[in-house]
Amino acid sequence: MDWLKIAAAVFLVAMFFMILPSAKRMVKESPKGSASDWMGFIIPIVAIVLFVILLIALV
Amino acid sequence: MQMNTAVTRSQEAILQTNKVIRNTYMLLSMTLIFSGLLAFVSIAMQASHIIAFGATIVGILLLWFVLPRTQNSAAGIPVIFGITGLLGFGLGPMLSYYLAVNPSIVMVAMGGTGTIFLGLSGYALTTRKDFSFLGGFIFVGLLVAIAAMVANLFLGIPALALAISAAVIMIMSGYILMQTSMMINGGETNYIAATAGLFIAILNIFTSLLHILGAFGDD
Repeated sequence: MDWLKIAAAVFLVAMFFMILPSAKRMVKESPKGSASDWMGFIIPIVAIVLFVILLIALV
Repeated sequence: MQMNTAVTRSQEAILQTNKVIRNTYMLLSMTLIFSGLLAFVSIAMQASHIIAFGATIVGILLLWFVLPRTQNSAAGIPVIFGITGLLGFGLGPMLSYYLAVNPSIVMVAMGGTGTIFLGLSGYALTTRKDFSFLGGFIFVGLLVAIAAMVANLFLGIPALALAISAAVIMIMSGYILMQTSMMINGGETNYIAATAGLFIAILNIFTSLLHILGAFGDD
C-alpha cells in the first residue's frame, strides 16, 4: 500500500506544477472584486456550510 | 442602421450564450449518468485500489493532454466521455467501502452534491453576477489544498484531512459560480471545456462530502 501512497504523492506534485502557471496567470489577470462582489460569494458559501452541517446531522 | 446591427449582434450573443448553457447542461447530465454507470460497474467488478487509481490517472492525463486538443471538434465528445467514465470507474473501491459501512452516507452525499450544484448554478444564473474575480482565489486555494494533501498523505492527520475536504468543497463551489458566470457573460464559449470543469467540480464536491459524512457519521 505504501507505494500507492508514493504514487499518489508524485501525481499530486505533478498536478501542483500543472496548475501553477494557470494560478499565476489567474492571480495576475483576474479582476479585483469589490466588497459587494465578495459578499455575493460569501453568502452562498455560508449557506453551503450550514447545509453540510445539516447533512452531517442527518447521517 | 447601426442600431439594427447592434440589436442583431446582441440577439446573436444571447442566442450563443443560451446555446452554450443548454449544451453544457445536456452534456454534463449525460456524462454524470455515464460516470455513475461506470462507478456501478467498478463496484460490481470489485475493482482493486490499483486498478481504480490507474483509471483515475489515465482520466486526468486525458483531461490535461488530450481534451485541450480535441475540445474544439466533435472528437472532444468521446474524449469527455472517456474522462468522466474513467474517473467514475476510479470511485469504485471508495464507494464500495462507504456502501459497506453505511449505504445512506453515499445517498446523502449524492443528494447533497446535487443540491449544492443546482443551488449554486441557480444562484449564478438568476443573479447574473460576474464571478471572474474569484479566479486567483480558486487557483491559489487549489494549490494550497494540493500541498496539504501531499503533506497529509505522510502525516495522516484526520483533522487535516477533514479541513482539506471542507476547503475543497468551498473552492469547487467558487469554481462552479465562476464557470457558470463565464458561460453567461460569454467568457466560456466551449461547452465541452465547460462540462469538463463542472464535472470535476461536482466530482470533488461529492468525494469531499462523502469523506466528511463518513467521518461524522454514526458508524
